[in-house]
Amino acid sequence: MLVYIAKRIVFAIPVVFAVALVCFLLVHIAPGDPLISVLPPDASQALADQMRREYGFDRPLPVQFGIWLWNALHGNLGLSIASGRSVTEEVLRAVGNTLMLAVTASVIGFAFGLLFGILAGYYRDSWIDRLVTTISITGVSMPHYWLGMVLVIVFSVILGWLPAVGMGPGGWSWDWEHIQYLILPAITMSVIPMGIVSRTVRALVGDLLSQEFVLALRAKGLSEARVFQHVLKNAAPTAVAVMGLQLGYLLGGSILIETVFSWPGTGFLLNSAIFQRDLPLLQGTILVLALFFVVLNLIVDVAQAAIDPRIKRA
Amino acid sequence: MSVITQDIVQPGPATRTRGYWAGVLRRLVRDPVSVACAIVLLLIVLAAILAPWLGLHDPYQGSMIRRLRPIGTPGYPLGTDELGRDMLSRLVYGGRLTLYIGLLPVGLAFLIGTSLGIIAGYVGGLVNQAIMRTIDVFYAFPSVLLAVAISGALGAGIFNSLLSLTIVFIPPIVRVAESVTTSVRSLDFVDAARASGAGQLTIMRVHVLGNVLGPIFVYATSLISVCMILAAGLSFLGLGTKPPEPEWGLMLNTLRTAIYINPWVAALPGVMIFVVSICFNLLSDGLRSAMDVRS
Repeated sequence: MLVYIAKRIVFAIPVVFAVALVCFLLVHIAPGDPLISVLPPDASQALADQMRREYGFDRPLPVQFGIWLWNALHGNLGLSIASGRSVTEEVLRAVGNTLMLAVTASVIGFAFGLLFGILAGYYRDSWIDRLVTTISITGVSMPHYWLGMVLVIVFSVILGWLPAVGMGPGGWSWDWEHIQYLILPAITMSVIPMGIVSRTVRALVGDLLSQEFVLALRAKGLSEARVFQHVLKNAAPTAVAVMGLQLGYLLGGSILIETVFSWPGTGFLLNSAIFQRDLPLLQGTILVLALFFVVLNLIVDVAQAAIDPRIKRA
Repeated sequence: MSVITQDIVQPGPATRTRGYWAGVLRRLVRDPVSVACAIVLLLIVLAAILAPWLGLHDPYQGSMIRRLRPIGTPGYPLGTDELGRDMLSRLVYGGRLTLYIGLLPVGLAFLIGTSLGIIAGYVGGLVNQAIMRTIDVFYAFPSVLLAVAISGALGAGIFNSLLSLTIVFIPPIVRVAESVTTSVRSLDFVDAARASGAGQLTIMRVHVLGNVLGPIFVYATSLISVCMILAAGLSFLGLGTKPPEPEWGLMLNTLRTAIYINPWVAALPGVMIFVVSICFNLLSDGLRSAMDVRS
C-alpha cells in the first residue's frame, strides 16, 4: 500500500508542475499592463518602470516563472496588487470559508444522493426509481446560481426566515446566529452533487444487482441484508471516486454561489481579483484551488485502492 | 453474455433493411419525453430566430416610469425589468445570445476533441502520450474554475467566453473519443480490413469513424446542458455578454437588485436557462437509449 501511495505521489509531481505552469501562463496571456489598475493614469514612465521592477514584471517570462515557482514552493505567492497584502494570507483565509461551505454542501448532497441512488437502484423501474430519476435530472439541469436566488426570494424576502447574504457578524462560530447564514448557500450548492451521486449510485447498484455473484449469494441462502452488503462494497470505489471529484468541483466552482450569497470565500476573492485585474491574486487563488483538486484526486486514488485491492494491480 | 444464462447466438444472414440512424430516429420519435423536449427546444429556437418578426416591444427600449412591473401587466405579460424594458421581448431576444454561447463551444469542442481523440487512439504510441498527457493537465482543474480563470484572465466579452468554454469541453471529449477509438481499433473487423489490403485512410474513414462518431456524439450532447448553465453563469458573473445586450445569465445578474421589489420577474431568466438545460439533458438521455441497440 505504501508503495502504491508513493507511486501516486510521484505521478502527481509532473501534474503539479504543469498546473503551476498553466496558472502562470494564464495570467501572462492576459492583455494589457498588469499594473494598469494601480498606476495613476498620469503616471510617469519612470514610476511605471520602477513599479515594474519591484513586481519583477521586467524580467523574461521563464525567469519570472522560475522565481514565482520557487517562491510558491516556499509558500510565498507574492503581493496582491490591489490591497498590497500577501496573496498567501488572503487565499488561506478565503479557502477556510470555501472549505466550510463546500464540505457542508457535500455532506448534504452525498447523504441524499447515496440514499436516493441506493433506493432507486434497488427498486429499479418502480415509482421510487422514477421519482429519484426526476429529482436527479432536475438537480443536474438546474442553474444553481438561479436556485440560490429563488431560495433567497422564498426564505429571505417572502418568509424572512433566513438571512440572504454574508456570513454573519464578527468571526465564525458554530452557533445558530452564524449557522443560519450557511444554510441557504449550502443547500444551493448541494443540489448538483446530490443529482450526480444519486444518478451514479443508481446505475451502479442496478448493474451490480443483475450480476451473477448476487444470484449466487442469494442461491446459497444469504439474507437480503448480507447480499446488499456485498453490493455496496462493490459499488464503493466508483462512488468514492465520484464523490471526491464532486467535492473538488464544489471547491473550484464555488464562485457562482459565493457571488449570489456574498460568501467571503475563494470565489469571492477570484471575482474581485478578476474585476480589479489583480493578477498575482488571480494566479495565487487559481493555483491553490487547482492544487486542492490534485491532492483530492490523489486521496481518491488511494482510497479506491484501499477499498478494492484489484485497483492497485491495474 | 452471462455464464449462467448463456445461450448460443447464431448470427443471422447479413441483411440490411434500414440504416442504423433511421432506426435510432424511429426509436427516438417513439419516446414521448424526447419528443416533448424536442418540441419545446424547437419553439424556443424558432422564437429566438424569428424574434424581430414577432411584433414584440423593442428589447432595448426602457422607460423610467414603468420599471419592474409585475407579471401580468397589460401590454407587458411578463412584466418589465429594472430599466423598464419588456421582459417577454428580452427573454425571446435573450435566447439568441444564450443559445449561441451555450451551443457553439460544445460544437467546436466536438470537432476538435473528436479529431484529437481519434488521432490519439488510432495512431497510439508517442502521439497518444503527447495528446493524452496534455489533456491530463486540463483535468487537474475543476471545469468552472478553468472557464472562469481563462475568461477572467482574457477579460469580459462574448469571444473570450466562447474560447474559454471550448477549451473546457475539449478534454472530456478527447478522453471519450480516445477510449472508444482504442477499443474499436482492436476489433476483428479492423484486422480483417487491414488483412484484405485496405489503406490506413480507408480503415479510418470507413471502419473507425463510422463506429466511433455515434458514442462521441451522444456524449457531446450530454455536455450541452452543462455548457448552457456555465455560459449563462459566466455572463451572470459579468464575464460574458455586456449590457445592454439581452442574455439570460446577464439579465439574471442585473435583476438581482430587484428581488426585494419584484422577485418573480427577477427569477424569470433563470427559468429559461433551466427549461433549456433540462430539455437538452432529457433529449440526450433519450438519444442515448435510442442508440443503445441492446435495449
